[in-house]
Amino acid sequence: MNIHLILQMAVEAMGERDSLVCGDRRLTFAQLGEMAKSAAAHIQPGEKLAFLAESSPSFPAALFGAALAGTPFVPMNYRLTNAQLNAQIKRISPAALIAGEGFLQNGFGTDGVRLISPGDLITGPTFDGAAPEEENKIAAVELFTSGTTGEPKSAILGHSNLMAYIFGTVEFMSAEEDESALLSVPPYHIAGIAAVLSSTYAGRKMVQLPNFTAESWIDLARQENVTNAFLVPTMLQRIVEHAGDSLSLPAMRNIAYGGGRMPRGTIEAAMQLLPHVNFTNAYGLTETSATICMLGPEDHRAAFLSDDPTVHRRLSSAGKPIPSIELQIRREAGGLCDAEETGLVWVKGDQVSGSYKGLGSQLDADGWFPTKDRGFLDVDGYLFIDGRADDVIVRGGENMSPGEIEDVLRSHPNVRDAAAVGVPDAEWGEAVGVAVVCSGEVSDAALCALVREKLRSSRVPSVIKRMDELPYNETGKLLRRVIRDRFAQ
Amino acid sequence: MSQIYKPGEKLSSTVCKTQIMVLRAPAKALTITCGGAAMQIGDPEALSAMSGENSGTLVGKRYTDVDETMEFLCTRGGDGTIAVKGYVVNVKAAKKLPSSD
Repeated sequence: MNIHLILQMAVEAMGERDSLVCGDRRLTFAQLGEMAKSAAAHIQPGEKLAFLAESSPSFPAALFGAALAGTPFVPMNYRLTNAQLNAQIKRISPAALIAGEGFLQNGFGTDGVRLISPGDLITGPTFDGAAPEEENKIAAVELFTSGTTGEPKSAILGHSNLMAYIFGTVEFMSAEEDESALLSVPPYHIAGIAAVLSSTYAGRKMVQLPNFTAESWIDLARQENVTNAFLVPTMLQRIVEHAGDSLSLPAMRNIAYGGGRMPRGTIEAAMQLLPHVNFTNAYGLTETSATICMLGPEDHRAAFLSDDPTVHRRLSSAGKPIPSIELQIRREAGGLCDAEETGLVWVKGDQVSGSYKGLGSQLDADGWFPTKDRGFLDVDGYLFIDGRADDVIVRGGENMSPGEIEDVLRSHPNVRDAAAVGVPDAEWGEAVGVAVVCSGEVSDAALCALVREKLRSSRVPSVIKRMDELPYNETGKLLRRVIRDRFAQ
Repeated sequence: MSQIYKPGEKLSSTVCKTQIMVLRAPAKALTITCGGAAMQIGDPEALSAMSGENSGTLVGKRYTDVDETMEFLCTRGGDGTIAVKGYVVNVKAAKKLPSSD
């Protein structure tokens, strides 16, 4: 299996359909197919195809072109510092590096990499051979994880993993001719890659937005009559805030979101602004080739309207595993958790890679992957994600979930955002430190009282810091490491 | 021609343009035909005549047996009909999952 097959089938079955819109450029699937062939022809034997550029037609062409040439596609985060990028480049050379204008500054080491501009990549002679079928020998994508807790790891996604994801979630050519997807997630995010593969397989036109702002997203959605979109929570939050009391997107039908914790207020506001839109929460990890659980539109509406507390809280749920995925919640000491009991989330399925460069496979003997997320299932099997296992605060031997404390703090009308982290404590080993962003007056004593009332006294913060904004990365992940450093100062 | 197939293998029809990819197969030898003639790995140099009743294949459709022990993806459509000796193979119904990306 080779992911290039996705494009090849699209070219053969719907070559004249629109495949992509980026600024003034419009391409059919047939044209995108030719660009991928040009990209493949630019790659020399032994080179990987690294991609350090914003979304443009070169992105899908490079993704499929690398597959056609039988080499991994390695997207890189252009928001990293030069030092971080240099360190990553050393890990991937030899490579052809597709570098967008302005991303390579002085002092950027390019040993072992050959620079090609995004524009040059998709022009010139084409590679007219067949895509190699050496299953599992060559990765389709090597993707650096976001590294919110430590040094980024390079996750290896095989062709068969990504194909399993597509076969498990999308029907070929299932999109109507008028459908389009607004892609605003960068190429180095698994959701950005998954969107290209799904859209191409479904025959849905991709509308690229390289630099997200709420205003430009709304404008482009209106201008192109966009029907589908994927957003990380921060993006949806900005759109909701920008919209104010009303948002007119008559063509929009489906909005999926994922990649981080969605504040309940944001999704409720979005559902009120866009009552005709179907919202889907997609939970997944880089290592699982994107989505493994979904909370679908019906569940959203039921949770939004229900007075039953069990159903009502499902608006914060990651939903249920997709049919091709098995999921278990395990106790730290082994064995399965009961309903409502928080433990570690393990998953199994053909799309789950669970393999890192230099570290090998993290799957257990039976093929189960530890996501390192903590969570629980409710009585009906809906998954609730609590947070990363690494983020748990251990106070005097008691495990405390940051998410639980944050939810309580956010419920205060004058608290806009909150983050709880473990801070060193002489007596307890760790204690709760809380960073809050306030929109109005609220005293430390009031915040402590709120936590004491809703949770337990052990959860009451011992330090509270006021911040103007919490540090998020551009794809909406809270940078707890940065907050911990702030407390250490 | 009867043999054991592995996921990822591509079979071509010898009577039309149809090509299928094996997504899943039992560890048993199978005889897979299209338009009445055995399918082969790699495209034939020339097409031979079709036999039997044929309704054609459609790119993107998946074919499976009643117990779902095997599954094939049509990667190129043609005029023949896919059959597996000893099994009833039909087009698999489309799943309805919301769009997640």
